[in-house]
Amino acid sequence: MVKPKVLILSGYGLNCEEEEAFAFELAGGESRIVHINDLIDKKVKISDYQILVFPGGFSFGDDTGSGKAYANRIRDHLWEEVKKFVSEDKLMVGFCNGFQIMANLGLVPALDGKIGERQVALQYNKNSRYINRWVDLEVSGRKTPWLLGIDKFSCPIAHGEGRFYTDPETLIKINERGLAVLKYYEGEICKYQNIEPNPNGSLESIAGIVDETGKIFGLMPHPERALFFNQRPDAPLLKEKYKREGVKIPKEGPGMQIFKNGIAYFK
Amino acid sequence: MISRIAVYQKVPDTRAKSRQKSFQNFPFYKKIKSVDLADIYTIEKILSSEQLKKIGFTLINPVTEGSKIRIISSGSENTLFVNLEHNLKVNFNWAIEIGFLPGVTDNIGKTTRTGIEDHLKLKFDFEEDVYSSQVTFISGALSKSEIKQIAAGMYNPLIQRAHIYDKKDFVSEGKNLFLVPKVSITGAQKVLDVDLNVSDEELAKIGKEGIMGPDGKPRGPLALGLDYMHAIQNYFKSKKRNPTDIELETLAQTWSEHCKHTIFAGPLDDIQEGLFKRYIKGATEKIRKLRGKDDFCVSVFKDNSGAIEFDENFLVTHKVETHNTPSALDPFGGSITGIVGVNRDALGFGLGAKPIFNTYGFCFADPDDNRLIYRDFQKTQAMLLPKRIMEGVIAGVNAGGNQSGIPTPMGFLYFDGRYKGKPLVFCGTVGLIPKKSAGRKSWEKKAKPGDYVIMMGGKVGLDGIHGATFSSESLHSGSPSTAVQIGDPITQKKFSDAIVKEARDLGLYNSITDNGGGGLSSSVGEMAKESGGVIVNLEKVPLKYPGLDPWQIWISESQERMNLAVPKTKWKKFEQLMKSRGVGAWNIGEFTKSGKCLIKYSGKTILDLDLDFLHEGLPKRVQRSAYRVGNFEEPELKQEKDLTKDFANMLGRLNICSYDFLSTQYDHTVQGTAVTYPLQGRGRVNSEAVVVKPVYKSNRGLVLSQGYFPGYSEIDAYKMAAASVDAAFKNAVIAGANPEKIALLDNFCWPSGDDPVRLDQLKKTCEGVYDLSVAYLSPLISGKDSMFNDFKGFDDKGKPVKISVPPTLLITSLGIVDNVENAVTIDAKFPGDLIYVLGETSGELGGSEYYSMLGYEGNRIPEVDPYKNYNLYKNYTKAVEKGLIASAIGINRGGLAVALAKMSMSGILGASVNLKRLPGKFSSDSEALFSESTGRILLTIDPKKKKEFEKLFEEKLSLFKGVAFAEIGKVTNDMSIKATSINNTIVINILVQKALETYRRRFEKW
Repeated sequence: MVKPKVLILSGYGLNCEEEEAFAFELAGGESRIVHINDLIDKKVKISDYQILVFPGGFSFGDDTGSGKAYANRIRDHLWEEVKKFVSEDKLMVGFCNGFQIMANLGLVPALDGKIGERQVALQYNKNSRYINRWVDLEVSGRKTPWLLGIDKFSCPIAHGEGRFYTDPETLIKINERGLAVLKYYEGEICKYQNIEPNPNGSLESIAGIVDETGKIFGLMPHPERALFFNQRPDAPLLKEKYKREGVKIPKEGPGMQIFKNGIAYFK
Repeated sequence: MISRIAVYQKVPDTRAKSRQKSFQNFPFYKKIKSVDLADIYTIEKILSSEQLKKIGFTLINPVTEGSKIRIISSGSENTLFVNLEHNLKVNFNWAIEIGFLPGVTDNIGKTTRTGIEDHLKLKFDFEEDVYSSQVTFISGALSKSEIKQIAAGMYNPLIQRAHIYDKKDFVSEGKNLFLVPKVSITGAQKVLDVDLNVSDEELAKIGKEGIMGPDGKPRGPLALGLDYMHAIQNYFKSKKRNPTDIELETLAQTWSEHCKHTIFAGPLDDIQEGLFKRYIKGATEKIRKLRGKDDFCVSVFKDNSGAIEFDENFLVTHKVETHNTPSALDPFGGSITGIVGVNRDALGFGLGAKPIFNTYGFCFADPDDNRLIYRDFQKTQAMLLPKRIMEGVIAGVNAGGNQSGIPTPMGFLYFDGRYKGKPLVFCGTVGLIPKKSAGRKSWEKKAKPGDYVIMMGGKVGLDGIHGATFSSESLHSGSPSTAVQIGDPITQKKFSDAIVKEARDLGLYNSITDNGGGGLSSSVGEMAKESGGVIVNLEKVPLKYPGLDPWQIWISESQERMNLAVPKTKWKKFEQLMKSRGVGAWNIGEFTKSGKCLIKYSGKTILDLDLDFLHEGLPKRVQRSAYRVGNFEEPELKQEKDLTKDFANMLGRLNICSYDFLSTQYDHTVQGTAVTYPLQGRGRVNSEAVVVKPVYKSNRGLVLSQGYFPGYSEIDAYKMAAASVDAAFKNAVIAGANPEKIALLDNFCWPSGDDPVRLDQLKKTCEGVYDLSVAYLSPLISGKDSMFNDFKGFDDKGKPVKISVPPTLLITSLGIVDNVENAVTIDAKFPGDLIYVLGETSGELGGSEYYSMLGYEGNRIPEVDPYKNYNLYKNYTKAVEKGLIASAIGINRGGLAVALAKMSMSGILGASVNLKRLPGKFSSDSEALFSESTGRILLTIDPKKKKEFEKLFEEKLSLFKGVAFAEIGKVTNDMSIKATSINNTIVINILVQKALETYRRRFEKW
């Protein structure tokens, strides 16, 4: 069985490429981290890959607004290749800064086939400050290969600009078409730590959206930071509980399934 | 041609809301009706309307933003709108625009410029640029003086400028244009000879105030004492010439306290070899010998960081730096430069280690202290208030750490009024490096004769001129503002990735080092030692703007630069790689074996110094210490019946309370390596140690912790040092470190480094560090000192004041966790679990947080019995390995009371303990609860494991005495913390929820 090939972008301050590459490897894929300039210089072709990943990070330091400058660089140099990739039966995902880049490229939600038109924004958090904590996420809306078999899961967020916003008409369309596939909700971690479910004031608690095919997925959370059970904030308590009950302590963390789903789509 | 692009938010902007909230302490706050923001990009370049519209579009997200472009060219004005109505409606009476002063690093401006060049396929020339600023619109009937007060709180005049417009002014912006902050310097770009054939008085003056510039003003302190000036005078006499200005400046940098650490290195009393060699390096050498084949040190005290073995494939490095003086002047710039700068100590280790996490420690005065102090008698130069400093420092590390993608999980806040003149800002970075890189030992490096001198990263401006000499002096009114720099994390991130992820393992260079304090003069000078000489062509150094004098280019501390030695055959490939990563790299000279440091400029040799003299020519100074008895009033405590109030008040103390607002804004999960968190348990209580897993495929972990007790220093510096080492070591063990694999770092921040009493405290501290590290067989692998943390100025009545920090030692521990599955957290897990205390409690309240709360100092500060403690820690570790520990926390600052509260609050479970059962000798409940005796651990276990657990502690090791321990109570589900006194009454009874509220209240609004 040939391993699906995953291309993870890097450069200019993106910084989650290594852990995301590792996550896809763990899920059975073949990851390759490629600097955006190597794509521009045509040393590597996007079309050789099945999954394209916009990783998290701080591209261009969020100067002029998160994701804008990196999106501009892609639009100026790689737009045709990216559009072609989107038109094929392939998967694309952007985590955090990656989602901000995708939103600024108009890759999600790309309503009515308007690929390239910016339709949503990720604004400054409601306390206008960077925040790193765990959140609980609920899956709803249309089917997407990325979230098959997942009802809910938990993982960290880490961003200063993650407050999902769009105008009322776009929101109606997103909802009608079931594209707001990931929402913050009060689940086990919020209850455990007694913290509010919606960490940044996102409209309708939206944490992630897909395009109309469901194959292009942008989300603020970082599932790659929750690959192992022992990374859960409540792991010390659960471990002690399982130990006393004689239950085997799990290894896998709540963020792993997304990466497995991505790889499974090509198997 | 100048164009101003203003980006407006079309939907409510939370930044504006936060800004409005930040004005709430003004008495006229209620008059403010609304606040709005606009981000401004001022472009100096000839561009067409079409081009400007395109730029305006790239700067917005049309869903939420629009831009207004004003073109101001000679004589004509024009306005364009992108995605914005032409009659833009922002309600305001006043507008405050804040931008940078000329030459200050403007990261947003730089990103915008790069974006424009990329988008429009054009280039900005030397005279053209983009500058960022921000306008805050305020609506409300405020007076001009009220607006001025608001503005004063929003900017720092050392690096920024503010412009206040009323509505009319702003609408007709043209006549009151916010000018382009372009650097215009008229340096002669000439080299001066400095006549040293002068009187001693003149010589001393040059050393103190600096070389006389052509304008008749001294250029800024050289911090060279008369003895150093004599040595320089003699050297040039033997060369039969006078030095050039660049030579003298170079010697000043190289011989500065900041670079040479003369106080630690020089003889003190009968210690001929100096404190560093005897106690710090001496301890490590002894420990390495004692450990024999178990020695895990790989590279210590000779590189930018110290390194230990992590596993068979990797080394971990660590380094902690301070950035105190710059943080006092520009807190944001100072601390971001601090964190980004110490990242380069990882990158500059060996052939380049990857930064894998950051640590921090901030010492401030009480943020509620509103009394101003001034640098000058006329009271025109006010120091920033503690709150401003604190906010800025926190924000700087936030920006530096988060933008670099390096987790910052571990750190502390410590408060004392004596940090009002100078805050202390500790920043540390742990690095990871494979043992082998391109077939070479990764921790070794050597520039070879013939290698090119490569400078990479940012260009050179006037930033931080005299930074190294300046931080070797105390802060006074003549301190130059060019000592302030602002870090640029993204420029650094780009070359960091290019080095550690690509160039290093391609073997493209022979050596690398950080270009920090002292700039090129210091870093190139250091590297020249490896090959035995260097020649630099100064014109090849790229500049940010024209007009710099050669000496300025050479000593500038412009940030985000590294130097490398690249073999001639590899330069093309290296240059190509850097170009393709958007990283600047410039060939500025060649390493030689001439024994000389030579600089050429405009075809002439302007610096010609023997390396021997440059590095070893400074005369040794005689230092003498003098003992002063630290004797304070010994308070008599009343036997209180109920200590619940004291208990609650302790939890709200600045040095105890929650700083969750800070822990959650510092990314601690990036890189996917976090195992235990800075906030632990249901109650999210700050822990004093965290565990991370740096190698994805290995279960081995690292633990980091810190120990610091500046409150003990004036009473007994030896004991202060011992307690600090003990706390850092113990906290690491508690969280899961193997006690045989813990390395330590020492950071000294001292007041008045030339005062004999302070030198005595320094000596005692070194003795304490030596004794404890040797006893724990825990080597010191790296450290740093900062010896003049004093402020001399005037209070608000114009009275002269000197504020000196207390002698502050930070011990940082870096330990290895054999299996991260064994990591331990502080939160109580289940009701019914048994609570134990390991170790003995004595009535050691001197210098404690409890005494401090009551307004006392006292004398009886904790002592350390290292062998007893070490034995206890070993036993504890056995319990961890057997999986017996449900939770554990060190009994540190605030004593048992605080440890118990944290354990209970983090688990959101009650606890009931009996102080009578507590092992040790103490005479009151206050002593039992608040004494800070060392070597104690509070822990909980599953009651079913009682026998197995206690058996561990009853086995006596032949070498050591047994461990004192006792079961003192139980975890309960009645949601209250209760303690029974030594007289069998209830001395503490408080609801967990109530305790948590107090614990969180202090920084709730931050």
